[in-house]
Amino acid sequence: MAESRSLTLAEKVWNDHLVVEGTDGAPDLLYIDLHLVHEVTSPQAFDGLRLAGRPVRRPDLTIATEDHNTPTRGINLPIADLTSRTQIDTLRSNAREFGIRLHSLGDVEQGIVHVVGPQLGLTMPGITVVCGDSHTSTHGAFGAMAFGIGTSEVEHVLATQTLPLKAFKTMAITVEGTLRPGVTAKDIILAVIAQIGTGGGQGYVLEYRGSAIRSLSMEGRMTICNMSIEAGARAGMVAPDQTTFDYLEGRPHAPAGDDWTEAVAYWKTLQTDEGAVFDAEVFLDADALEPFVTWGTNPGQGVSLSENVPDPSGILDANDRATAERALEYMALEAGTPMKQIAVDAVFMGSCTNSRIEDLRAFASVIKGQKKADGVRVMVVPGSARVRIEAEAEGIDRIVTEFGAEWRFAGCSMCLGMNPDQLAPGERCASTSNRNFEGRQGKGGRTHLVSPLVAAATAIRGTLSSPWDLVEAPELVATSLAATSLASTSLASTSKAV
Amino acid sequence: MEAVSVITGIAAPLARSNVDTDQIIPAVFLKRVTKTGFEDALFHGWRQDPDFVLNQPEYAGAKVLVAGPDFGTGSSREHAVWALRDFGFEAVLSSRFGDIFRGNSGKQGLLAAQLTEGDIERLWAAIDEQPGRELSVDLTTKTVSVGSLTVPFDIDDYTRWRLLEGLDDIGLTLRSEAEITEFESRRHSWRPKTLPVK
Ligand code: SF4
Repeated sequence: MAESRSLTLAEKVWNDHLVVEGTDGAPDLLYIDLHLVHEVTSPQAFDGLRLAGRPVRRPDLTIATEDHNTPTRGINLPIADLTSRTQIDTLRSNAREFGIRLHSLGDVEQGIVHVVGPQLGLTMPGITVVCGDSHTSTHGAFGAMAFGIGTSEVEHVLATQTLPLKAFKTMAITVEGTLRPGVTAKDIILAVIAQIGTGGGQGYVLEYRGSAIRSLSMEGRMTICNMSIEAGARAGMVAPDQTTFDYLEGRPHAPAGDDWTEAVAYWKTLQTDEGAVFDAEVFLDADALEPFVTWGTNPGQGVSLSENVPDPSGILDANDRATAERALEYMALEAGTPMKQIAVDAVFMGSCTNSRIEDLRAFASVIKGQKKADGVRVMVVPGSARVRIEAEAEGIDRIVTEFGAEWRFAGCSMCLGMNPDQLAPGERCASTSNRNFEGRQGKGGRTHLVSPLVAAATAIRGTLSSPWDLVEAPELVATSLAATSLASTSLASTSKAV
Repeated sequence: MEAVSVITGIAAPLARSNVDTDQIIPAVFLKRVTKTGFEDALFHGWRQDPDFVLNQPEYAGAKVLVAGPDFGTGSSREHAVWALRDFGFEAVLSSRFGDIFRGNSGKQGLLAAQLTEGDIERLWAAIDEQPGRELSVDLTTKTVSVGSLTVPFDIDDYTRWRLLEGLDDIGLTLRSEAEITEFESRRHSWRPKTLPVK
């Protein structure tokens, strides 16, 4: 390792986990600090261990939760779908057999795997995190190197706590300026993906930097890192700072006492060095950003909410044009329609992108005292059982139900059509999740990706809307915005109290 | 993973080209939660036909599949290798393989041997003469023999070495066990631990 060379954050974390440096084009062998497991991608990995007679090397660095298949109501009843139930039962017996900590449906720490890790204080700066799930990139918000892996790799990590890997390239995404009230982390990342494309990050670790990123709460940073994968990237990272330390301090698994002091001193070194060179750079102006929304069937097909559905005939590349035409057909949209005139059938507030307490607070602050639009189904799904409890302590559940929305138990829910929460064919949904692929939220369902604030305003008006459109109640907007910026400071105290 | 050197057994001819992984194992079988027990899924569509080669009694217990060109193309599912292995195949011979399929085979101990199209046809002819006869695939000499016929095959050196040593990916990594243990001994006490906090 060339110690004197200026290094990026990603390179520092990588070097810090080198067990064996690869020579002659062989991959490096990297140590894995934290392995998150869920029911969908783990069964065959455990079965592989069993066949080979191998134990789990470090059960103490492994934690499992149930999320993808779990229902979000009637959670005390047996799971109706047979495949889902088999996956859950298999995880339970594997966890027992191999001695893995598991948080099952009904447990206070159960929830979406990417919400649970950070909330327990397991996700921390400078560690390596893997999970058999592409949105593992979420954990990079802490300055960790976190990425999704396949089932054979899950088995590999269970058996060896390491992974053979070729180094990733690095890309800096610099977002400078101040977000206008009503514009959030979700809008930043949707705008980034629209700019670089769904393949733009392929092979890269993205490092998000700049004043607009620094001023985001941990929740906001997680939203951004979460969607790095939608730009094709292996991982996304934000260098740790005081916001990170404040979020972590006092959490169940965070270092304490002398360990805390030592850890923070080390974490402070996890910055990209002056003069370090990225393989690619992208810039975005935060001042100019508006609430953003997707119109198509991949997360890169997005525009500002004040714009119109784009006209594919203006796209030069023939492939892109065909893709856009197909997307509009699937989405049943006419080019030139103002985005704000698009009426929705459903609003989904949840998923590992936006289901943390701050997201729920932002949503609640906009809908408080309002009634949802007639005929719109609104579902609010906390990311974890812990978030649900916390929200209930703050009265968010009452605001949600008085609004006319459904208050559910924790899980992936309508983010993907793998559990009972699904769109019907042809239904249109404003969703705070991360993927608008064809059929993602249910066969034939149509998804518009939005921020929690846009989801809330849309639920009130019934058409895609931002808090800026709630002119009848300008003070509402003011409160909602205050709530979002306050959340980062208030979170540390409230969440630790639970 | 077991070390492979010489595989001797009944050879079944699969005289079809472009056998993709959907034909080797249809998607409906991907819902299972195990890594074994896919023998019933192998070539599921074709096996409904009583005339299909693997339904012929003389090929029962076959260990070597002699296939046409472009075997294992299409979707990357590892299940294709599992299904072949569970059915009892230890080697597949073809003049061209799908890249990912070939990679997955090497990792899971299934020998994917590449022969010329002419040699594949010679092997088919030899099997036709005497269906159910045994054939030998020798990884040490990189040859296939049946009766008096011996033909060469190709395999990359790295995969050959792994098969001869019986190393799957995990086995390979565990050769660095000492380094892993040493790394763990240097790990800071404050790095995350998932065991419940008291
Ligand atoms: S919430 Fe959605 S994206 Fe996140 S882990 Fe669950 S299914 Fe995947």
